Amino acid sequence: MRSSEPGFGVYVHWPFCKAKCPYCDFNSHVRHAPVDAMSFAEGLVRELSWFGERTQKREVASIFFGGGTPSLMPPAAVAHVLDAIAKLWPLSPEAEVTLEANPTSVEAGNFAGYRSAGVNRVSVGVQALDAEDLKALGRQHSVEEALAAFRLAARIFPRVSFDLIYARPGQTREAWTAELARALAEQQGHMSLYQLTIEEGTRYADLYAAGKLIVPDEETGADLYDITQELTAQAGLNAYEVSNHALPGHESRHNLIYWRYGDYAGVGPGAHSRIGQGSDRFALSTERHPETWRARVAADGHAVVEETRIETADQAAEYLLMGLRIADGIDLARYRQLSGRSPAHLAELTEMGLVSLRGDRLIATHAGRRVLNAVISQLAA
Amino acid sequence: MTDLRHIRNFSIIAHIDHGKSTLADRLIQLCGAVSDREMVDQILDSMDLERERGITIKANTVRLDYTAKSGEKYVLNLIDTPGHVDFAYEVSRSLAACEGSLLVVDASQGVEAQTLANVYQAINNNHEIIPVLNKVDLPAAEPARIRQQIEDVIGLDASDAVEISAKTGLGVPDVLEAIVNRLPAPKGDRSAPLKALLVDSWYDPYLGVVVLLRIVDGEIRKGQKIKLMSTGASYQVERVGISRPKREMVDKLGPGEIGFFTAAIKQVADTRVGDTVTDERNPATTPLPGFKPAQPVVFAGFFPVDAARFEDLRDAMGKLRLNDASFSFEMETSAALGFGFRCGFLGLLHLEIIRERIEREFNVDVITTAPSVIYKVNLNDGSQIELHNPVDLPDANHITSIEEPWIEATILVPDEYLGSILKLCEDRRGRQKQLTYAGTRAMVVYDLPLNEVVFDFYDRLKSVSRGYASFDYKMVGYEEGDLVRMGILVNAEAVDALAMIVHRGRAEQRGRVMCEKLKELIPRHMFQIPIQAAIGGKIVARETLSALRKDVTAKCYGGDITRKRKLLDKQKEGKKKMRQFGKVEIPQEAFIAALKMDEN
Ligand SMILES: Nc1nc2c(ncn2[C@@H]2O[C@H](COP(=O)(O)OP(=O)(O)OP(=O)(O)O)[C@@H](O)[C@H]2O)c(=O)[nH]1
Ligand SMILES: C[S@@+](CC[C@H](N)C(=O)[O-])C[C@H]1O[C@@H](n2cnc3c(N)ncnc32)[C@H](O)[C@@H]1O
Ligand code: SF4
Ligand SMILES: [Mg+2]
Repeated sequence: MRSSEPGFGVYVHWPFCKAKCPYCDFNSHVRHAPVDAMSFAEGLVRELSWFGERTQKREVASIFFGGGTPSLMPPAAVAHVLDAIAKLWPLSPEAEVTLEANPTSVEAGNFAGYRSAGVNRVSVGVQALDAEDLKALGRQHSVEEALAAFRLAARIFPRVSFDLIYARPGQTREAWTAELARALAEQQGHMSLYQLTIEEGTRYADLYAAGKLIVPDEETGADLYDITQELTAQAGLNAYEVSNHALPGHESRHNLIYWRYGDYAGVGPGAHSRIGQGSDRFALSTERHPETWRARVAADGHAVVEETRIETADQAAEYLLMGLRIADGIDLARYRQLSGRSPAHLAELTEMGLVSLRGDRLIATHAGRRVLNAVISQLAA
Repeated sequence: MTDLRHIRNFSIIAHIDHGKSTLADRLIQLCGAVSDREMVDQILDSMDLERERGITIKANTVRLDYTAKSGEKYVLNLIDTPGHVDFAYEVSRSLAACEGSLLVVDASQGVEAQTLANVYQAINNNHEIIPVLNKVDLPAAEPARIRQQIEDVIGLDASDAVEISAKTGLGVPDVLEAIVNRLPAPKGDRSAPLKALLVDSWYDPYLGVVVLLRIVDGEIRKGQKIKLMSTGASYQVERVGISRPKREMVDKLGPGEIGFFTAAIKQVADTRVGDTVTDERNPATTPLPGFKPAQPVVFAGFFPVDAARFEDLRDAMGKLRLNDASFSFEMETSAALGFGFRCGFLGLLHLEIIRERIEREFNVDVITTAPSVIYKVNLNDGSQIELHNPVDLPDANHITSIEEPWIEATILVPDEYLGSILKLCEDRRGRQKQLTYAGTRAMVVYDLPLNEVVFDFYDRLKSVSRGYASFDYKMVGYEEGDLVRMGILVNAEAVDALAMIVHRGRAEQRGRVMCEKLKELIPRHMFQIPIQAAIGGKIVARETLSALRKDVTAKCYGGDITRKRKLLDKQKEGKKKMRQFGKVEIPQEAFIAALKMDEN
């Protein structure tokens, strides 16, 4: 990571998926009739210009197509959106342009088109290297398909991420060790390794509540986490964030904007933005339902349904929440300026080896990261 | 005003839930006091808490007009009483205002502990008693068997017991006839000087202090100057009224009647329940026997969760105390919890109810500390102190002996559970006094230290008997015991609010249970926490709460930071419900829940 200056990012949400995965709480929708992709792309472009007016002249450091499943977008739609962004903002010559891809063979067919449109990084949702687990996760691809798609992506795009979910139902330490070793042999410099989270409102949450879904307990979960840290470190990947590992220079610049608490404009259904204006900072979010979103954009030029000024104390909390997740940690001066005080329990947490000071930056140690929620709640108390 | 021959005053008494308040509903309805439209179940249970929990807490009086089959018109004063043992005091003062009682017995459950306790009180008050077998609509009802049981266990003639269903109304007209035909009319002399029993008093937001009276002799009128005999204070009567149960003002009340008056009385504390009210200029010569005020038997500390709300807590308690003289409080300070109050209660249900009212009606969250009984501590210098709080126990080498209160407990239980009940009583240092059988039911009488009963005896009793045992108790006196103070250390720091006085022989076991309970109740921290019980410097039990191993959100990207921040805010709110002891946060429930000890 070169500079800790976050830069400005643009997030584009594509809300459709082929099928809903039972663990997923993202704003994703399944449509049985074909989606009129170009009309949505048109909506994205209109909403982008609304945001363009509010964030004039900022140089765009990163663009991210997230979902849902943006790899269901026709490449022409991606190109249309990227062209619009280039007209609205100055684009950094090294801008990162990422697209989240589901590794089915159909979607892999779009890769070349995305590359021509300007995408230079894909994040491939392999999720598991076990046929049965993929089925249980409700995924639409096989292990072989996923690996083939990933290898293809690695040939087409300069940077790719290999994404997995671990601590899946029934997963043992041995199984994860073996699976991760296989993934490490495939990866090309970046991995997102997420521990399965039971999210409220998902089918997994219902099953879990009914006792029909058993996930690894805290002890096992902690061991799986440690195994993950160890194996990725041995492979030379830095844990630059709690769940993200990369060779130097391969970090996701886009996600770093979030973690460094930078500004970003988010367009598309259910997208969030953080936009600074003078000394104020605003949180915006858009209508979640895709067709409603499209209609609102057609009528008003945007579908922002909520806009709030974030109190500085709340900004401080957000900065802490995001910033301690990364290896860089937070800038204490910036934190103090926002919250009007230093983080609480500093001496105590330092003594326990959970946080450390590097110059004026506060960093969660390896041990601290593993219990980061508790650490943050102490610092914010 | 009604002539004495046409007045009947009675209390409805029973074990908990045997249907007193439901029977009151039917009587009220049959007498046309409340229209069907206004009728609700257990209409006399008017407090929110009473309605929610489905129990009566305060006794309630209502006047009914009844035209008997004979054509004669009667005035009935009905007092519905609570069944729970904590509120036995309400029963005793209600009985003093009446000549007769309806003894309600659930025809499926039969005679239970409070049935016995209450009926014996009624007999002591020379009451005429009408046994009423309720809930005969239930398939499990066995009125014939229960009739026999009443005769065998209580020794009361049950041949003309009335069989009813208070729910459906079946048989209730017969109850009314029995009341007028079998209960005695009150006696009294209208021309004698006013002599009335002060049955109850409370604060009403519209009327001020309201005094409930039973007139024995003479009359009370608007404008009259009256005197409270115990204090000598005199007042001019402003209003005289009755409850139907809607309040209705009347000109005067005469002998045998029950009603209320108001005067410019400043606070409820100026009136003493059991006192005699008389005419100022023409006073009665001797007061009525009266009765002892209710004494708190269980003490516990109440502390505001948020220390800044101490004054609000004081205010809330002051207001509740206005209508509940049996609850007492005085200021207390705790090293761990800061400023709070030491409060006295009639029992644990009473404690719980007061706490709930403070939290709900006054919005102050409270931490409750270990309930304690009153110990008498004899010191080397020959003096004796009353100890309400384990923290105040003087140093062991100043103490000659400690005395603790004992109770006599009466337990009724189906014989299949008798073994477990006996074991429970023995474990709690009980001494058996009596064991008798009536059919398949056993009645055991035990002397027990109150200290062993206050926390969780009732819960244990219910659980080892699957809910079939019932229990009543009365205080019998003080006895010396081998008692010590057991302290609790969390992360090597003594938490004074968790200290308790225990019998030496029970200390280890109680300490162990306490540490285990706390281990469950304290959330894991980022470090390991030893939890210990100690007597003096000696550790008698120890548990270790292991450190938190993993607690981190896996997925935190995408722009919705607001949601994550709100989670953090919620956590902060939750922390407000905790108290910090050294580095450890202890949730408020821990203080009371730790004392509900499941020993198995
Ligand atoms: N089936 C049936 N249920 C009844 C009858 N009488 C009362 N109950 C029910 O028994 C429960 C207790 O009735 P209450 O009238 O509140 O009893 P209580 O004796 O006043 O109770 P406490 O005041 O708490 O001592 C309620 O659920 C009533 O509906 C009856 O005749 N038949
Ligand atoms: C919103 S998904 C979008 C990408 C694409 N639709 C897919 O499913 O691969 C982004 C990533 O979040 C992770 N994810 C989603 N739900 C999760 C959950 N409940 N627990 C852990 N990780 C999850 C998955 O690893 C997924 O690759
Ligand atoms: S494909 Fe991705 S976004 Fe869609 S439901 Fe599955 S996990 Fe969620
Ligand atoms: Mg009742």
